[in-house]
Amino acid sequence: MAKRIEAVNVSAYYGSFRAIDNITMTIEPKSVTALIGPSGCGKSTFLRSINRMHEVLPGAKVDGQLMIDGQNIYDRDIDVTAVRRTIGMVFQRPNPFPTMSIYDNVVAGLKLNGVRRKAALDDACEKALRGANLWNEVKDRLNRPGAGLSGGQQQRLCIARAIAVEPQVVLMDEPCSALDPISTLAIEDLIAELKNQYTIVIVTHNMQQAARVSDRTGFFSIDSTGEPGRLIEYDDTAKIFTNPSVKRTEDYITGRFG
Amino acid sequence: MTVGSHSARTRVNLKAQRLPKWAPAALGAGAIGVAALAVHATGFGGPVLTGVTAALLFVVGLAVLSAVVEGGRTSRDRIATSLVYAAFVLALAPLLSMAFTLLSKGTERLNGYFLGVSMKGVSAFDDAGGAYHAIIGTLEQAGIATLITVPLGVLGAIYIVEYGRGRLATLIRFFVDVMTGIPSIVAGLFILAFWVLIVSPYLNNGRPEYSGFAAALALSVLMLPTVVRSTEEMLRLVPGALREGAYALGIPQWKTIVRIVLPTAAPGIVTGVMLAVARACGETAPVILVALGNPAINFNPLSGGQSSLSLYVYEQAGTASKYAPGRAWAGALTLVVLVLTLTVAAKLLARRNKLAR
Amino acid sequence: MSQQSLTTTPAGAQGAGGGGALPRGSRLGAEKLFRGLATAAGSTVLVIIVAIAAFLIVQAVPALRADSENFFTFQSWFANDDPPKFGIAAIAFGTVLTSALALIMAVPVALGIALCLTHYAHRRVASTLGFFIDLLAAVPSVVFGLWGRDYFRGPVGDFSKFLHDHFGWIPLFGGGGPYGNSILLGSIVLAIMVLPIVTSLSREVFAQTPAQNEEAALALGATKWEMIRTAVLPYGKPGIIASVMLGLGRALGETIALALTLGAVYNVSFDLLGTGGNTIAANIALKFAEANPTGRSALIASGLVLFAITLVVNMTARAIVYRRREFVGGAA
Repeated sequence: MAKRIEAVNVSAYYGSFRAIDNITMTIEPKSVTALIGPSGCGKSTFLRSINRMHEVLPGAKVDGQLMIDGQNIYDRDIDVTAVRRTIGMVFQRPNPFPTMSIYDNVVAGLKLNGVRRKAALDDACEKALRGANLWNEVKDRLNRPGAGLSGGQQQRLCIARAIAVEPQVVLMDEPCSALDPISTLAIEDLIAELKNQYTIVIVTHNMQQAARVSDRTGFFSIDSTGEPGRLIEYDDTAKIFTNPSVKRTEDYITGRFG
Repeated sequence: MTVGSHSARTRVNLKAQRLPKWAPAALGAGAIGVAALAVHATGFGGPVLTGVTAALLFVVGLAVLSAVVEGGRTSRDRIATSLVYAAFVLALAPLLSMAFTLLSKGTERLNGYFLGVSMKGVSAFDDAGGAYHAIIGTLEQAGIATLITVPLGVLGAIYIVEYGRGRLATLIRFFVDVMTGIPSIVAGLFILAFWVLIVSPYLNNGRPEYSGFAAALALSVLMLPTVVRSTEEMLRLVPGALREGAYALGIPQWKTIVRIVLPTAAPGIVTGVMLAVARACGETAPVILVALGNPAINFNPLSGGQSSLSLYVYEQAGTASKYAPGRAWAGALTLVVLVLTLTVAAKLLARRNKLAR
Repeated sequence: MSQQSLTTTPAGAQGAGGGGALPRGSRLGAEKLFRGLATAAGSTVLVIIVAIAAFLIVQAVPALRADSENFFTFQSWFANDDPPKFGIAAIAFGTVLTSALALIMAVPVALGIALCLTHYAHRRVASTLGFFIDLLAAVPSVVFGLWGRDYFRGPVGDFSKFLHDHFGWIPLFGGGGPYGNSILLGSIVLAIMVLPIVTSLSREVFAQTPAQNEEAALALGATKWEMIRTAVLPYGKPGIIASVMLGLGRALGETIALALTLGAVYNVSFDLLGTGGNTIAANIALKFAEANPTGRSALIASGLVLFAITLVVNMTARAIVYRRREFVGGAA
């Protein structure tokens, strides 16, 4: 249940503005890949290109190829909804559906896919919540609103919601930036467990976090404002943080820039 | 190795069967063709029925085709999209029809003569008469109503935004919103019950006085909540830093409001007032009840019945004469031009308003 | 003059340390005056609402005393007779029936347009089309009435005949002509009139849906319609209910368009196609010119009922909006 992702010359645009330019990288299955870089360098845009969420914004489009399982997800005969089901996403701010209970939040994706049987939904709900390390905290109040949980719990609820549909890949867009340190630690522990089953790509502003959780790290940067973001260096995390081969990466890692 | 084989076994299928891009267009053309043929063959109905049949055929056909080729979820998505756009067309149809009717029927009589004479001495069956008296009435009534409402509404909004605290402010805010929903006929009855029947007899030798001023009072009741709400919204948009800057210079609060806050919010307030005036010009019910109407020109809003454009249209609409509908439509066109000019001008002004951006 | 008064006010006396040079007392006076004016202006709204109820009651009582029939159950309106006989049963029924029919027709279309403007149409197209819908809202009701009576009556008459010929076995469509002013015509015209109101209010509601909830649904693999059903509609539900109720308030009070398109018949009947229909507001407009003092008082009594109904509807709608505003404010 994990797939390799190959990006070949991926560029993304907001209207006529090119946000990322010719990104080519291979993301390994059952690993955690971190994308780091200064604000506005296009790392979130690239992440959103991987499950075709970029094009949701008006005027946004993507060029290039993004291969998963040998299929280019930007081909014309590709079903966007199938792509997004296969490649789940967790957002910066916890965003459970405010009108739904914890249970309904978790099974929302399954219901969309036509799963109606109560027993199947119950099983999937428990499995996803266990997978997100949230089961023990909420098992007695599954029918309470999801919005009533703490921020960290809400984010784990969103992770449960994402993994309930059994995706191959989970994308995380700064999942801890709105959380306190304890909740952040819980999410990081969870990421370490999730990589046994899923391919994980995480965008983070926090370099220590990238160093802690990821196997490989990609460093994105821009030359100046208005220029597109580029992939500067992509390597094993240990190498990036101890012995980067590009000067700009080193400047960023050591805090001399960005 | 096991990883590889596992992945290979669960190879995901991201491909979807899609209808070709030209399918909806072809289906639409086909639906129109079949509908036209069916309507023509049965000799039943006209272009409207053809359109409705074609639309139904299109939605049903697309739903079935999509369900077969693309599956139920996509099919439902396509149905929803079609219906959403259909709703739009459905709403534009009466608008276009009304615009067309208004222009074709309204221009028959609308000329300098119509705008320049009243209905004094004109019987319903004469091919004569105009709306000058009604235009005067509308302008005077709306003008007086504006003079009453603007200071009251702006001050009320100032209270809500700048001074109002606690229960009273919440209560006033709530009832301003509730007041926007008061039917115009009730506002008319209120002024009838209060001003015409109780107050005006003291000023008119014991007899109730129906007048343009009473109509203006009723229109004020209808305009007040609109003016308060729009002013309130504009005042809230004025940055707090502007106020603090003035307080820091030692300028008292009332002067800050009058000299700094109000001028900043003025363009937005003007927009709101213009929209309120436009709506007031179109009101008929209160004028029927408290101004009664008058076929002659009456410049004096304080004494004697007065007509208004909307009342004129209503009167002519209710008159049985082959010339009355022409007069009604000409009056309606005049009224719509007046109201839409105000509305469009207000909207254009709002677009240029920097505060609201 | 102001210098004179300054020394006598306690505020001036407190201003120690050279503050005496400042005309503090007079400023405080102006401040108080201005604040008082603003408070009075704000309170006018409350005064007017109370005054409406009070004056309508005062003027309605004579006719209600004189009424020789039950005001709430009698169906006809002979308020000028001696003794007067009148009741609001038929016109209140007509008011509710036409408004309900108008909403049944208008609300789905209005919600469709609102979704189209917020989630389907291209942004620039949407703003232009939204402008046209706003224009529809600006058209005076007398023009709607005139259009309904002089033009729209024809097509609706044809449609009525079609309905009667093919679906006449349904009691609603049992009326066998003449197909002129009818409940169907009146309620369709009314539907067109409340459409822009419900559209613009629900459009605001839909536009407020948090983008993150919409993205969450899309990221789960929802189609656009599924996203709307999962994220947009549940979130907007209270707002939609409120905007429908505000549309209802407007429909209940509509006067002139219905005076021109309904049949002005006093009976309680579900026949939509034949000559029929009347409402409280239209009845006031139609009967006012010929009313004697008792008749006038009787019309005011019916207006009081209309005022009470619309007040309840509007207060309920606004209460929903206010609760929602607090809810949204708290969540953000």
